[in-house]
Amino acid sequence: MKMLFYPGCSMQRNARPYLDSLLAIREAIGLELEEVADWNCCGATEYMSVHRVAAHSLVGRNLALASRQAEGADTLTAGCSACYLNLAKTDQQMREDPRLRAKVGDALAAGGLSYEPGSLKVRHLLDVVCNDVGFEAVKAKVVRPLYGLKLAPYYGCQVVRPDPDNRWDDHEHPVAMDRLLRALGAEVVDYPLKTQCCGGHMTVIGPEVAYGLIRRLVNGAASAGADAIVTLCPMCQLNLDAYQVEMNKFFKTEYAVPVLYFTQLMGVAFGRSTAELGIGKEFIAAAPALARITDEPPPAVEAKKKRRPRIEDGLPMPRMG
Amino acid sequence: MSAVPSPSAADRTPECAAFLWEVMDATPGNSRLNMCIQCGTCGGSCPAGAEMDHTPRRLFAMIRGGLRDEVLRSNTPWFCVSCYFCTVRCPQQIHITDVMYTLKGMAIGAHLYKDNSPPDFSQTFVDYVEHYGRSFELGLATRFNLRHHPLSLPGLAPMGLGMLMRGRMDLLPHRIDGMAQLTRILERAKALEANP
Repeated sequence: MKMLFYPGCSMQRNARPYLDSLLAIREAIGLELEEVADWNCCGATEYMSVHRVAAHSLVGRNLALASRQAEGADTLTAGCSACYLNLAKTDQQMREDPRLRAKVGDALAAGGLSYEPGSLKVRHLLDVVCNDVGFEAVKAKVVRPLYGLKLAPYYGCQVVRPDPDNRWDDHEHPVAMDRLLRALGAEVVDYPLKTQCCGGHMTVIGPEVAYGLIRRLVNGAASAGADAIVTLCPMCQLNLDAYQVEMNKFFKTEYAVPVLYFTQLMGVAFGRSTAELGIGKEFIAAAPALARITDEPPPAVEAKKKRRPRIEDGLPMPRMG
Repeated sequence: MSAVPSPSAADRTPECAAFLWEVMDATPGNSRLNMCIQCGTCGGSCPAGAEMDHTPRRLFAMIRGGLRDEVLRSNTPWFCVSCYFCTVRCPQQIHITDVMYTLKGMAIGAHLYKDNSPPDFSQTFVDYVEHYGRSFELGLATRFNLRHHPLSLPGLAPMGLGMLMRGRMDLLPHRIDGMAQLTRILERAKALEANP
């Protein structure tokens, strides 16, 4: 399926492994991605804090360029949470607020561009992989199942919240990535912190706050016995990986939980080389975790024991049905 | 999110809530801020709530009370990490995160903040985007930390070096081809923002 693709600044550099691994697996899952030509920064969470209309116009240029390039493809996908949300939110707010729509339209016209809100479907890459490609199609491409690997699925905030187009089953406990990782053969640990915040820009402007949040997430994964945390966002990866080192210094702890992108694990399961997938560029090395992958499928989980037989002469209890 | 329009002029009572309407007018769509029932779900859901001068609930009461200076001086919006937990949990469906963005913009416009480093970080980010069309991490981190945490730079050097060695950081910014076009768009947008 053909889609327009917005890589965003992070994927170009600090999250290069995310982009490389996506490019390595896209053929296997039948994704035809066409990069939006000469796209600009989405403004992250910063531009919007300084100029409101200009922030939406900044994103509007990307939407306008994408729609001009569309030619039949009506989906625009992004791999970064902030990029995805900014694109989706500008589209939604232009649809719902005629004043904003007029202003952004006016600003875009000054650059010879225009955008009809709603003409593109803005979706995160995980959404596309789970809901369009599908778990069965992913499973069919697995040549090296991730047996024995325990993973903590980490969604972060902005993909599942605020969810402007109602694409997700749950804003706090989504399961799409859990199912994707199981389709790859991995074991998914119980990770109730899966949509808690990684600290965002607080690693720079208020590190103590961020380190507390990072410790909670890393400790949660380590306590659940996870070999690695799996993420879908460059900012989350950077904060949990690079800043895990700083967090350890701050709290005098020795956590070492590697943080990988879901596309990297798909690549491993599809039999691609670690070099091709950018594995090795993380601060907390993932190699020891990946060495735990075995050839043996895990033993089937025992079926739940039947319920204790009811004591017929016990106290009267309500009965179901 | 609902598409119900903001309350019209006739429904804007009491008049003493002028600051409330000002905040709502500056927020795209209908933020529903006037619907706050002071339940405190927002503050209880906030990962940075403990660090804030005022919880979001308290801040919204202050907005309604017209405490303009205290509200814009509060560190609360600057500690918002945009996680949107409050927004999806709010029983009144108030677009809380969006309101926080509005308050940040208003505080910058009125030069009201206790600690100038968060607004300066946002402004530095904006400057790079307006010069190159893309963000530039090395420049952003260096310029911001030089100005605000010069003593932290030696401590951060290993991470910067680690990023470079892993090929995860550029030494030079990348400029987009359509920079002139982007500049025209942003200048027009800012002019429209100044004269609503």
